[in-house]
Amino acid sequence: MQINLILIVSAFLFSCGMFGVISRKNGIMVLMSIELMLNAVNLNLIAFSQYSQKVAGNTFAVFVITIAAAEIGVGLGLVLLIARNKKSPNLDDLDKLKG
Amino acid sequence: MIDSVFLTRFLSEGGGEHGGEAGEHAAEAGHHLGEKIDHLTSVGPWFLTHAYLIFIIPTISYFLILFFGKKLPKKGHEIGIASIIAVLGFAGMAAYQWINQAAEATIYGQSYTWLRFGDLKLTVGTHIDGIAVMMMVVVGIISTLVHIYSTAYLKDDIRYTHYYAALSLFTASMMLLVVANNTLQLLAGWELVGLCSFMLIGHWWEDKANSNAALKAFFTTRFGDIGLLTGVIMTFFVVERAMGKGSFSIIDINNSALSGKVGHTLLLMTALALLLGVMGKSGQFPLHTWLPDAMAGPTPVSALIHAATMVVAGVYLAARVYPIFWEGFNIGESGINPMIVIGGLTVIAGAALAFVQTDIKKVLAYSTISQLGYMIMGLGAGAWTAAIFHLFTHAFFKALLFLGAGSVAHSGSHHSFDMKKDMGGLRKKMPITFWTFMIGTGALAGIFPLAGFWSKDEILANAGNSGYEAFVYVGLLGAIMTAAYMTRCVYLTFFGEYRGHHHPHESPKAITIPLLILAVFSIGAGFLNALPFHIEKFKEWVEPKGAFPLEGLVSGTGKFITHAEFHWSDAGIASACGLFGIFVAYLYYWKKIGLINVTEKNKLARAGYVFLEKKYFLDILYTDIIVGGVKKQLANATLWTNDKIINGTVNGVGKLVAKIGTFTYENFDQKGIDRVVNGLGSTSQGTGSVLTKVQSGKLQRYAILLFSGVIALALVVIFINR
Repeated sequence: MQINLILIVSAFLFSCGMFGVISRKNGIMVLMSIELMLNAVNLNLIAFSQYSQKVAGNTFAVFVITIAAAEIGVGLGLVLLIARNKKSPNLDDLDKLKG
Repeated sequence: MIDSVFLTRFLSEGGGEHGGEAGEHAAEAGHHLGEKIDHLTSVGPWFLTHAYLIFIIPTISYFLILFFGKKLPKKGHEIGIASIIAVLGFAGMAAYQWINQAAEATIYGQSYTWLRFGDLKLTVGTHIDGIAVMMMVVVGIISTLVHIYSTAYLKDDIRYTHYYAALSLFTASMMLLVVANNTLQLLAGWELVGLCSFMLIGHWWEDKANSNAALKAFFTTRFGDIGLLTGVIMTFFVVERAMGKGSFSIIDINNSALSGKVGHTLLLMTALALLLGVMGKSGQFPLHTWLPDAMAGPTPVSALIHAATMVVAGVYLAARVYPIFWEGFNIGESGINPMIVIGGLTVIAGAALAFVQTDIKKVLAYSTISQLGYMIMGLGAGAWTAAIFHLFTHAFFKALLFLGAGSVAHSGSHHSFDMKKDMGGLRKKMPITFWTFMIGTGALAGIFPLAGFWSKDEILANAGNSGYEAFVYVGLLGAIMTAAYMTRCVYLTFFGEYRGHHHPHESPKAITIPLLILAVFSIGAGFLNALPFHIEKFKEWVEPKGAFPLEGLVSGTGKFITHAEFHWSDAGIASACGLFGIFVAYLYYWKKIGLINVTEKNKLARAGYVFLEKKYFLDILYTDIIVGGVKKQLANATLWTNDKIINGTVNGVGKLVAKIGTFTYENFDQKGIDRVVNGLGSTSQGTGSVLTKVQSGKLQRYAILLFSGVIALALVVIFINR
């Protein structure tokens, strides 16, 4: 199997996600980008699991999906509260911890 | 426990090969009656082997409506109606081809590998037998009529396009559930129909009551789903016990349950867990409370989802993996089992509540609960065919009644469902609605020769035949109550004086034509299994001959399902009960004879009325006592822990530390350390002012630093490994 191709796709996906996390102003977009990165990781896990014919990677991927679902639930809740309190989901407004 | 033919087949084939590799078994198609099947046949009549299309068509339609619906001239209903007619045509052809080969015991289907975890293979696929084809036809017909009906009923609705998208998704998920060849896929379909139900109950979510009702439906069925999920996982182990290798395949589950190699405790636990799921979905007492509230959705949705199709998903599941219940609950031994008790309880509990409702749709909702109780009771009594036959006929007349109620609200009472305030005397103004509603009422009350008569009588006859006499009386009592509350409902809606303040008129054709079609089915559907005329088509077509042949199910041990003979006397009693109910209600409402105003005069009757009106206080039990109780106890416990333990510890430690602190301060701090600290302080202030710039408070700048750090580390690792 051409594992390289899958790894390239996965790396591309991860970079897209990383770019999103760094560049987007909107909290929800950042969350979505984080999901992209998680899925890139999943892709990697499954690719290696298929490559090495071991179940561990698949199992990990299922765990990642589960945790990601929980994480997005909490994350969306936070962003919603932030949006409600700050009247915008813009992450740049959150600089209370500025030194 | 095992018949020898099955065992030898079973051992010789090892039970492992089935599903995707079924093609090679195609030559064996055409089994004899009584012989069990352990694989799907993937070669055969086109519509039966390609049944997955019946799920694909509405799925495509869902996405088309969602993305392009609003731009179309008819706001998307043209796609919905076209797809549902295609589905209906498909179901019709499948039924035709199924009936043509119904004498053979074959299960058609395909199986594809979906996921593979090491040795464990999860499949998706189809499992087409009589009951699946029957459900495809029922869902097809009712969904088509509801689609047409909704063009008039929801005209100019704010979310018209979304409504049709949700209807398509509902049809797709129901079909996914119906054709599923394994319990995991069935679970997926099950959750999807739950989601659609949630979406459609909350269709007018601007009103808080509606979105609450949607949430209630979702959470109550989810509570049942805990059981379902557990049960589905347990079915895997049932197969593992019998075959050495676990599987979710429905054929394997049924064969394993009947193989006698599985311990009774495991089967009992599986059956109990699955029963909880069935109770949640099919509105069985005491998890029925969501169904009446689900009436907050648009009426056509109530007809499609909350009366005819989705709520019978529980009954369908129970019928699909029936051997689990059969063996787990020892149904064949005529003992009292949880299934029949819950069914019987629901028959009476639902019917009693229907008497005190003023909302016409709630009367019908409680009636649905009661009728679902009949089905579960039938299954619990071993009357598989009769219960499924009742599912079939009930779908038509209950859809008819709901659509009739919708027609009344649409054109008679100006979107009010209150029978006491806004209806009455509509018989002359809305003749088509009135007569079709009367046919539906007759069918529900079990009046000869309408559909409900045949199926309800069959359930009672078979329950008696299997040795469950007590439940025959429960059923007869239910029949009396059904007839009486429907008479009350008809009286309040169509007779007497008009009490509303509008101008009632007959509904448009898009509403009346579906009513007329359903009325025809409500009259005719029963004749598919009219025993006295020697017609047993329904039994011939739907009863499983493959996976668990009911005729001679585990024969040789005396444990098998027999079909009751038809006796005019028994049927006469059942019919007489219905007529008696109607007569009593007639005397009460028309002639004002009987215990008029008894609820105001008599304390006991008043208490009973309040008990019913408060719905057995179940809602209060759930929201205030269980949820509220847990909430309050939890809060109190947390407060106590906080106050006594954490605060006490903290305070104690605090006081101690304060004492040590004072001592230290006076002796060491002031004298020695201060000077050092001051020096350090000024140094760190200098460093700090430089580092402050990094601490920008900008989240994303932190992210950049984080990523840079990781990349730097990665580079180091690569460099070292080189």
